[in-house]
Amino acid sequence: MKNYINYVAATLAIATLTQCKPKSASQVVTGDAASKVYVAPGKYDEVYNFVSGGFSGQLAVYGLPSARLLRVIPVFSQNPENGWGYSEETKPMLNTSHGFIPWDDLHHVALSQTAGLDDGRWVFVNGNNTPRVARIDLKTFRTAEIIELPNSSGNHSSPFLTENSEYVIAGTRFSTPLDGNNDVAISSYKENFKGTISFIKVDPTSGNMSVPFQVVMPPFNFDLSRAGKGPSHDWFFFSCYNTEQANTLLEVNASQRDKDFVVAINWKKIEEYAKANKGRVTTSKYAHNVYDDKTHSATSTISEGIVQFDAAELKDMIYLIPCPKSPHGCDTDPTGEYIVAGGKLAATIPVFSFSKILKAIEGKQFDTEFAGLPVIKYEAALYGEVPKPGLGPLHTEFDDKGNAYTSMFVSSEVVKWNIKDLKVIDRKPTFYSLGHLMVVGGGTAHPYGKYLVAYNKITKDRYLPTGPELSQSAQLFDISGEKMEMLSDFPTIGEPHYAQAIEASKIKDGQVRFFKIEDNKHQYATKGEKESKVVRTGNRIDVYATCIRSHFSPDNIEGIQLGDEVYFHVTNLEQDWDVPHGFAIKGANAAELLVMPGETSTLKWTPDRIGVIPFYCTDFCSALHQEMQGYMRVSPKGSSVKLVWSLGDFSSDAPAAAATK
Amino acid sequence: MKKNVFRLLLTGALATILFVACNSEGTKEGEQTATTEQTAAPVVAGQSGVVDDLSQKNVVGVAVSSPDHTTLVTAVKAAELVDALSNAGPFTVFAPTNAAFAKLPAGTVEGLLVPEKKEALQEILQYHVSVGVYKLENLKDGQQIDEVFGGKVTIGVKDGKYTVNGANILATVPASNGVIYVIDQVIFAPAKK
Repeated sequence: MKNYINYVAATLAIATLTQCKPKSASQVVTGDAASKVYVAPGKYDEVYNFVSGGFSGQLAVYGLPSARLLRVIPVFSQNPENGWGYSEETKPMLNTSHGFIPWDDLHHVALSQTAGLDDGRWVFVNGNNTPRVARIDLKTFRTAEIIELPNSSGNHSSPFLTENSEYVIAGTRFSTPLDGNNDVAISSYKENFKGTISFIKVDPTSGNMSVPFQVVMPPFNFDLSRAGKGPSHDWFFFSCYNTEQANTLLEVNASQRDKDFVVAINWKKIEEYAKANKGRVTTSKYAHNVYDDKTHSATSTISEGIVQFDAAELKDMIYLIPCPKSPHGCDTDPTGEYIVAGGKLAATIPVFSFSKILKAIEGKQFDTEFAGLPVIKYEAALYGEVPKPGLGPLHTEFDDKGNAYTSMFVSSEVVKWNIKDLKVIDRKPTFYSLGHLMVVGGGTAHPYGKYLVAYNKITKDRYLPTGPELSQSAQLFDISGEKMEMLSDFPTIGEPHYAQAIEASKIKDGQVRFFKIEDNKHQYATKGEKESKVVRTGNRIDVYATCIRSHFSPDNIEGIQLGDEVYFHVTNLEQDWDVPHGFAIKGANAAELLVMPGETSTLKWTPDRIGVIPFYCTDFCSALHQEMQGYMRVSPKGSSVKLVWSLGDFSSDAPAAAATK
Repeated sequence: MKKNVFRLLLTGALATILFVACNSEGTKEGEQTATTEQTAAPVVAGQSGVVDDLSQKNVVGVAVSSPDHTTLVTAVKAAELVDALSNAGPFTVFAPTNAAFAKLPAGTVEGLLVPEKKEALQEILQYHVSVGVYKLENLKDGQQIDEVFGGKVTIGVKDGKYTVNGANILATVPASNGVIYVIDQVIFAPAKK
C-alpha cells in the first residue's frame, strides 16, 4: 500500500516537472483543420475505420477523415434495429455453452492480413466476458462466425493475427482452474489456476475458424499481444501482468514486482509440435456458430474436447522477457525487429530487439526460470528505453516513416517518438485519458499512416452534456507532418477499445448489394407471391410470406388459434440495392425483422390473446410504405375458423366505372 | 389528400433536381474521393445518377434500354422526370411507343420538347404515371386508376385484351420500382371543365 502511494506521489511529481499544462481544445486546432476533415456531400471517405463498441458488444464503422458513422455491425449483442439475435435465423449466432447470451464486451479489432498487409476480407473481434472470437465478413458487413473459447476467462489478449491470417491468437486475462479440476479454493490460485492461449486456425479460403489446441500457461494475466512480422514472422509477443499471481486486490497485489513479462512464443514451432504430439484432451464444451449467406441462417454446433499442451513441455518455444511494471500494450513495429511494451505503471517505454532476443536465446543469456519457463536477461533483449515519454504508456502504433505513437493514459496525450533513436518528437494532449490509439494500417508491415485516432476513456465536457451518461470521445489527428495536428473530435458508441482502419479501396468495390433470390436456399424461402402460403403442423403455423413494394403476400390470415406458435418467414423479393423491408407484429415478444433484398428472415410470434392482430413494414420502403400492412385473426383454441390466407381480394372495391360522370 | 401529397412530392422533387442525362454524366464511384475539385456550378445527379449495374432495372432503366421508347425517354428527360422515376416508387407507368408518339399531329412532340413547354410536357407524362403497382392480373374492366397529374385513367378488359383510355396495352414489363405497360397511343387527361 505504501509503495503504491509512493508511486502515485512520484507520478505527480514527474507530472508537474515534465508535462506542459494541456492546452484547451480551441488552442490545439488550427485554421485549416476543417477543410482536412470535410468530405463534400456525395464524396467518399478515404478509409474505413472499424472501432470496437466496447460494452455495447458491437462494432462501429466510421469513415475517415469525416468521422461519419457509417454502420454499427451487431456482433455479440442483440440488435433490435435489424433483428440480429431476435430472428430465428440469427439467434444461433449468440449461442454458447452457457446457452443463449445476448451481450458481450467487444474490445479488439484485427483486420485479416495477407503478407503482413490488411487484405480487406474479414475483421476479427473478441468477446471479453463469455470468451468468443467473431469473424465479420467485409463483403456483407455482417458477423459470419462466432467461436467460443473453452478454458478461457476474460478473453482480453485477443484477437491477434499472424501475417497471413494463419492463426488468431487469444490469451486469457483471468486465470482459472481448468476443466476437470474446477472446484478448488480460490486461495489455491498458484497451484490450481492456469491461463491459456488458444490457437484459432483460420481457413485461408472460407475464413472458417477452428481451435486445434490451447497452450496452458502460468496464471499470469495476459493483456495484449501482437504477432511478429518479417524476420519475427514465426513469433507472437504477449504482455502480461500479475506475475505476482495474486487472486485478490490486484490493484495493489499485482503491482508488487518491478517487472512483469513480455512472453515470446514461437507459434510455428508450437504448431509443428502440436502436429507431432497428441496433447491432453479435455472435456470442455464450446459453441461454434456459423452464418450462411445462402440459407440466410446460422447454425450453432456444440463441440466437446480441446487439445492442450503445457507451456513447460514446449521447450525452446516460450520465453519470458522482464518488462517494467504491468505492461499493457505489446506492439511489433512494421519491420518486425522492435517490440514495444507499454508498462502502464512505468516511467519509460522499453523497446525490445527481436534480433537480440534470438541472440540471447542462442547464447542462453537467461536470468533464471519462472514457472518452468526461461527468463531472458532484460538487457540482453532490450534495444533501448524511451526516456520520460509521458505517464501511463499503454499502446503503440506505427507510421510509414519509422515513427511510433504511444498513448499515455495518465498524462492524456499522444507521444510521437522515433523508433531508431528513441527520442520524443512531439506530444499532443487528448481530451481526456487516452486509452487505445490507432494509425491507419498501423498494425501492418506497411502502414498507410496519415491519420491517427485517439480513443479516450473520459469525456467530461467535450460535447453538449447529456445527463450523467456520456458517449466516449475520440480525436482525429493528421500525422503526415513532423508535428501531429488535431483535426476533429467526435463521439463514439459504447466504449471503444482498439480500432483499425483500412484504405476504402480495399473494401468498397466488393460489397454485396443484395442477395440473388435464385441463390436463396432458406428452408422456408418463398420465391414468388404465388408460392406464398400458410401451413399448419399441429400447433405450429408456418407463414411462407413475401414482401415487395408495397405489400406482403399474404396480408390477411385467419384460422390462427390461441396456443399456436406462428413462424412468419418473410422473403424479400426485391432485387434492388438498398430496398430492405421491415416486419413487425403487434405484441410480438421480439424486435422487428429487417429483411434484405433476396433474403428470408423469420419472426416467431406466440399470440397471447384473441383478436385481429396487425403487422406492417417498418422500413420506409416506398411511397406506399404506409400502406404496407396486414392482419392476422386469432381465434380461441379449437375454433372452427378455417386456416385461410389471401392478398388483394378486390370484391370490396368501389363499383367499377361508377363515378366517371 | 394522399394523392395531393404525392403531387407535392413529385413537383417538389422536380423543382430541385437538375437535369442529367441518365447515367451519361453520373459520377463513377471510383472517382469519388475526399479531394475532388470544386466546380463553379456543379451539375448534381439525383437518384438516376446512382451507378448500379447489378440491381434489377428501374422503370427509367427499362425504358432507356427499349428501342421502341426513345421518344418517351427523350420526353422524360426534357420534362426532368428522370430522377423522380428512379425513385423507390412504386410506379405503374403507361409507356407509349415511338409509334404511339408518331400518331400525334405533326410537330406535337417537337413542340413539347422546347424548354418553355416543360410544364405542359410534365402534365402529359404525369398522366401516364400512377404511384402504386397495379398488376395486370388484378386489373378489371372499368377500373379507374388515379394518375400523378390529370385525374383518373380507365382500364378496359375485354376478351383478354387490356386497354387504358382506349389505348391498347401491348406488353407488361416488370421493373424494380414498379411495372410498365407498353401502350400504342399517347393518352390525354379529359379537358378541365
